[in-house]
Amino acid sequence: MGGYGDVQCIDENGIRLDGRTKDEVRPVHIETGVVPVADGSARMTWGLNDVIAAVYGPMEAHPRKIQRQDRAVLDVRYNMAPFSTTDRIRPGFNRRSREISKVTAEALESVVLTELYPRSKIRVEIEIICAEAGTRCAGITAASVALAHAGIPMSDMVVSVASGKVHDIVVCDLNKEEDNYGEADLPMGILPNSGELVFLQMDGDLSPDQFQEAWDYNMEAAKVIHAEMVRALKGGDE
Amino acid sequence: MKGGWVARLDNMSGDNGAGGPRRSRQAPPLVAPGDDLGDSGGYEAGHGVLAINGRLRALKQGRMSNRGGTVSIEPRRTAYVPRPSDLVIGYIEGCTSNIWFIDIGAPFNAILPMSLGPSKAEFGGIRKVLDIGDAILCRVQEVEENHSSVVTMKGMGLRAIRTGSVEDIDPHLLGRLIGRGGNNLRQLKEDTECRVIAGDNGRIWLDGDLSGIVDARDRLNMLLTEAKIEEYRGDA
Repeated sequence: MGGYGDVQCIDENGIRLDGRTKDEVRPVHIETGVVPVADGSARMTWGLNDVIAAVYGPMEAHPRKIQRQDRAVLDVRYNMAPFSTTDRIRPGFNRRSREISKVTAEALESVVLTELYPRSKIRVEIEIICAEAGTRCAGITAASVALAHAGIPMSDMVVSVASGKVHDIVVCDLNKEEDNYGEADLPMGILPNSGELVFLQMDGDLSPDQFQEAWDYNMEAAKVIHAEMVRALKGGDE
Repeated sequence: MKGGWVARLDNMSGDNGAGGPRRSRQAPPLVAPGDDLGDSGGYEAGHGVLAINGRLRALKQGRMSNRGGTVSIEPRRTAYVPRPSDLVIGYIEGCTSNIWFIDIGAPFNAILPMSLGPSKAEFGGIRKVLDIGDAILCRVQEVEENHSSVVTMKGMGLRAIRTGSVEDIDPHLLGRLIGRGGNNLRQLKEDTECRVIAGDNGRIWLDGDLSGIVDARDRLNMLLTEAKIEEYRGDA
């Protein structure tokens, strides 16, 4: 039960490799103000994921061709450090980081009041220091805290979390083995105060019932993570 | 002796009210973006607050305040937004044949036309007057609807900054630097024997002896540290 090939991700009692039950979230910790030269910053450890997000601006958008006359543009750069995984990653932008940067920018644009800063740019840098699984979710969440820390007006914060399927069992907040050997994952970006959805991707196949179960797990997990985001912002960065 | 109870050194305990008016200092609540601030009925949404569907919602991280029925957020950090007549310190970021582009720490660069600059330059010689990277003390003359701003160097004391040091602080901490009636700033000038000019965009020009500048920088850093600690403690 709960295996794929030779890898047993869940035992007979529904306990996962890292000791969690199927609806549990990995331990989350967020601190703000970790990059003093940035206008806002946050560091998030989520399981073994370690992510730093820094926000600069709003500033004049260069080159001028990227300026929008009616709003600011979010210039998001997601990058994994070469040492962040067991296999060394070639430094620099690649197709995956470009895709994640794009979806992150789109998720954050839905909450940032960009219309207050026309023709300007808000630069968001997301650096993955250590990757376990769900780095895009950790990146979006950390970037959301960093934006709030920078004083950028936002209608809500985005909490991103992924649930998935491992050998026909839907589990919340996939870890590395479940991500690698599982059959599907469903990262979502959720606005915790309104329950709205700003980002959804699905990799693999989920039946309607499994989709609903993963959706519910994500919604519940978002509350846990949002509580930590608020604690980090209200609790201080000293 | 006429009158009632009088405070004496031996009876000034904490609970008799003789130690002066005691305000119960409850720090205004800290809020995060998206927090629900309650029903909007009878209240007006001020800075950092949005009214949606009859509810007030925080847009920024900071402390909530309610003054005269207007609910607003005093943000912990905020970007400088220029207003006409602001005294600002800017850096030259670029130029054309007759315009300088100035970084004033705002989301949008300002322009300094040659007609409002320190002196006329011959065609092609604009960088001989103010070169890229130079710091200037200038005043915001105009902010247009599209947020473009125009600064001027025509005015008393406005000049290119060639000596001393320019330090940055968050614009919302300027009030703390200046103090009530300018007391803190005056004290800083006296103690360090420096010329201290605080721009509305949070840039501070320190000019004087090296030891004085170093002392003033230390005091600014201390002020920033204290402000951060107090913000979280709720004293601010």
